[in-house]
Amino acid sequence: IFMFKLTCVRFKCSLTNTILDVLHQRAGWVEVKEDGEWDFNWCDVGWLRENYDHSYMEEHVRICHFRNHYELTRKNLMVKNLKRYRKTLEREAGRLEAAKCDFFPCTFELPSEYHLFVEEFKRSPGSTWIMKPVARSQGKGIFLFRKLKDIMEWKKNGTRSEEQRDEAQVESYVAQHYIEDPYLINGRKFDLRVYVLVTSYLPLKAWLYRDGFARFSNTRFSLSSIDDQYVHLTNVAVQKTAPDYDPEKGCKWQMHKLRLYLTAKHGSETVEALFKDIDNIFIRSLQSVQKVIINDKHCFELYGFDILLDQDLKPWLIEVNASPSLTASSQEDYELKCRLLEDTLHVVDMEGRLTGREKRVGGYDLMWNEGPVYREDVSLETLGSTYQIPNTHLGCVNDRKKQLRQLLRPFPGPKRA
Amino acid sequence: MMDEGTELSVTIAQIVQRLKGAHLHSQLEKQARECLHRPEIKLESLKEDVRNFLRVSGWERKLQNAVYRELHILPPPGHPAAPPEHTKEPLAYMRKAQASWEKRILKSLNSMCTELGVPLARKRPIPEQKELTNKWNEMGTDEPDLSKFRPVYAPKDFLEVLISLKNPNHDCREGLTARSHWGLIQISLNVRAIPQMREAYPELSLTCCQLGIDDHAHIPPDLFESEHIRIGNKVVSEQDSAAAQQYSRQGCPTGLRAQLWALILNATNEPEDIMHYEQLKAAVIHHDLLVDNLIYKDVKLTASNDDYYFVFEDFLYQVLLCFSRDTAVLEHFSYNSATPPKSYIQGKTGTEEFAVVYPPNGVVPFHGFSMYVAPLCFLYNEPSKLYSVFREMYVRYFFRLHSISSSPSGIVSLCLQFERLLQSHLPQLFYHLQKIGAQPLRIAFKWMVRAFSGYLSTDQLLLLWDRVLGYDSLEIVAVLAAAVFAFRAENLMEVTSLASAEAVLADLSTLKVMPLLQIFLFA
Repeated sequence: IFMFKLTCVRFKCSLTNTILDVLHQRAGWVEVKEDGEWDFNWCDVGWLRENYDHSYMEEHVRICHFRNHYELTRKNLMVKNLKRYRKTLEREAGRLEAAKCDFFPCTFELPSEYHLFVEEFKRSPGSTWIMKPVARSQGKGIFLFRKLKDIMEWKKNGTRSEEQRDEAQVESYVAQHYIEDPYLINGRKFDLRVYVLVTSYLPLKAWLYRDGFARFSNTRFSLSSIDDQYVHLTNVAVQKTAPDYDPEKGCKWQMHKLRLYLTAKHGSETVEALFKDIDNIFIRSLQSVQKVIINDKHCFELYGFDILLDQDLKPWLIEVNASPSLTASSQEDYELKCRLLEDTLHVVDMEGRLTGREKRVGGYDLMWNEGPVYREDVSLETLGSTYQIPNTHLGCVNDRKKQLRQLLRPFPGPKRA
Repeated sequence: MMDEGTELSVTIAQIVQRLKGAHLHSQLEKQARECLHRPEIKLESLKEDVRNFLRVSGWERKLQNAVYRELHILPPPGHPAAPPEHTKEPLAYMRKAQASWEKRILKSLNSMCTELGVPLARKRPIPEQKELTNKWNEMGTDEPDLSKFRPVYAPKDFLEVLISLKNPNHDCREGLTARSHWGLIQISLNVRAIPQMREAYPELSLTCCQLGIDDHAHIPPDLFESEHIRIGNKVVSEQDSAAAQQYSRQGCPTGLRAQLWALILNATNEPEDIMHYEQLKAAVIHHDLLVDNLIYKDVKLTASNDDYYFVFEDFLYQVLLCFSRDTAVLEHFSYNSATPPKSYIQGKTGTEEFAVVYPPNGVVPFHGFSMYVAPLCFLYNEPSKLYSVFREMYVRYFFRLHSISSSPSGIVSLCLQFERLLQSHLPQLFYHLQKIGAQPLRIAFKWMVRAFSGYLSTDQLLLLWDRVLGYDSLEIVAVLAAAVFAFRAENLMEVTSLASAEAVLADLSTLKVMPLLQIFLFA
């Protein structure tokens, strides 16, 4: 609840990429130096870890991470939270409801769940598993395996790289069932990067951005070369080091293009159902950590969700990033990230221009507000119907400029009571 | 002059002749024979009952679609005494120009062949055949050395030829008069002006709803979109080519477009089509053609560099390499002003028995050719279906974009129409651009040759091609080119050089084609 107006917003920013450009261009926002007082901080998680606990933040101050975001973003914790949430759901609402959480591949934390993992491994012989370090990003340290003996060697430090051997012995990994039948476009594997903004966990308020993109692997998918990490990992960071990577060649499709392609191939009903399933992933993941995250009203967080589609068009959650890359890989990508960040700042609303009742801000649609948000507000017509259309538009037209013009009034003057 | 009755009989006879040997004919016979066992077929009313059965089971519709397809490619009836060249192209000077252009192409191809020491065709050794079979789905991973190969020609070379076209019956020596051509095209053809087009394209008018405009996010779907989709579903279930074509004029819904286009083009994916495709694939495996390298190079230079089409690289090889070997394509040369290049077995030049059409389909690819196929990859993912649709689109429309003819859908007419439209509706702009040495056609030509593929964003391109199919004409491409200039007229008036004019028109990816067309034609 705002009680005063800010004539200028003092910000700090740890990054030097797109977000810095967007902050600089924002009217009335001024960068402050090292120890200056700030109203807004786009910090990195390192800064958060060191400073959050000793910082006093005034009421109006905003910071771009939640203190314990890692409950959602570290692979082992996310899995733990999701499993626990699922159990609770099964107990309270039954099998069918709990099945809606079956969007993450079978995962075990190692070394703690090693025996459970071996049991499951033996139950599905011939399947492929992927090993991921819990705390690293950009595809580092990931490898695939099919035989237990491959990881026996790994356990004994045999095939580990130099880098891995230098690390402390007990680094947590997760072993996850590898999706062997991903949806391919002309033989190429891809995953989806979708942006979700959470401004509060209790009550849960989450916004879904209309734009996003599909990241393609540069080479054709085949299970025969599981050592070739370039085939299997679609992170742009990894693709950039692949021998045939051509920086001029964009490996990304904007979300609306992918949606167009899928609709042309499978029809609009199938694709609408797919996107509804994808919405479900966001909501359930966030709900699973809702009670665990320290809900500080100063915090908001922009998550990058990585989703993989399989041949049956079922979406799977690969991971959630609390610091999605804001470095642009092309002009088109730069423009997307600018839009995304500008609209993020609009939602955070340091300027106090919103009423708080908006369902849409620029390219963001309010997806969850203590409950599902629908496109049509409940009225006499909709009251009787059992099916209402959710208020999400992933991959749809993003006519944000027009919408923002109508939405935002000039700078001074608080709108909220 | 033949009277209408005779003309009709001749047309019917021609179509019957063409369909007689086709697979559909034997299928119909088989169906008719087998239905004799059915209880509703009575001896007394045999003919009627069989006809009825064929109608009810959907076979009559298939025949209708096949006839409809033949009508599309049937050339207009000519004088009974006219030689076959007239069916290809009635105007002699155009035929001559096309022939000399073809000579140049063939010369270029032959000299490349000699310079590089690469044969026009060679049989692949068995190990190479095996390798190619294994790599069939990922030919894009190959990185052959293509640096020595140059495209045989680029659109701008073709433009120079069109500019130099002159009608020997027309005396242009009088100097600049009111009737002179102040554009690049120096000949007169009958092209339509806006009032005539308003009558020809009523479905694009301001008062008519259509996709690309009335399916915008802000407009509730009940106003048009939902009903249009419902009708679309009905058209698809009825499997009616003619209805699909009419329907497409208002745009095809994304989820139905693939089926609708296949219906309009009568492009089937029956076992015989799949078999035909497999035979072509076998031909690719057995023999290597010089033009294959041209295709590789073109795909690498154009589609692979496109932010969206790069994903389809492998499909493009699978379609284009097979296309080069498809002798069924030779059929279309009876109504194409072009003639396939002939190569002669060594030492027997001039002796027709030793002439071989090269490449086997008679079509020499040029720089940008692969862009005809790329947008179709968004709709079809079985290579044989994709191939069927592309081939039909080529023999109905695309061939006209790179051969010299007087056809209203031909590139010459499109160029002239584009210039005329700009001259009549934006004379100031045209004059300004001409004065600074930036003739509009120099910029618009490359868009029209590719029917805008690679210049517009894919969803917009597909909406444009909906109308090309719906109206069975490429005329709309010329109208769009003019509409783009009209849209950017303000900025263009400020430029002072060809380079800056090109810069203003470099990026068309944000344009919405239907509003542009609608405003240009109807507002």
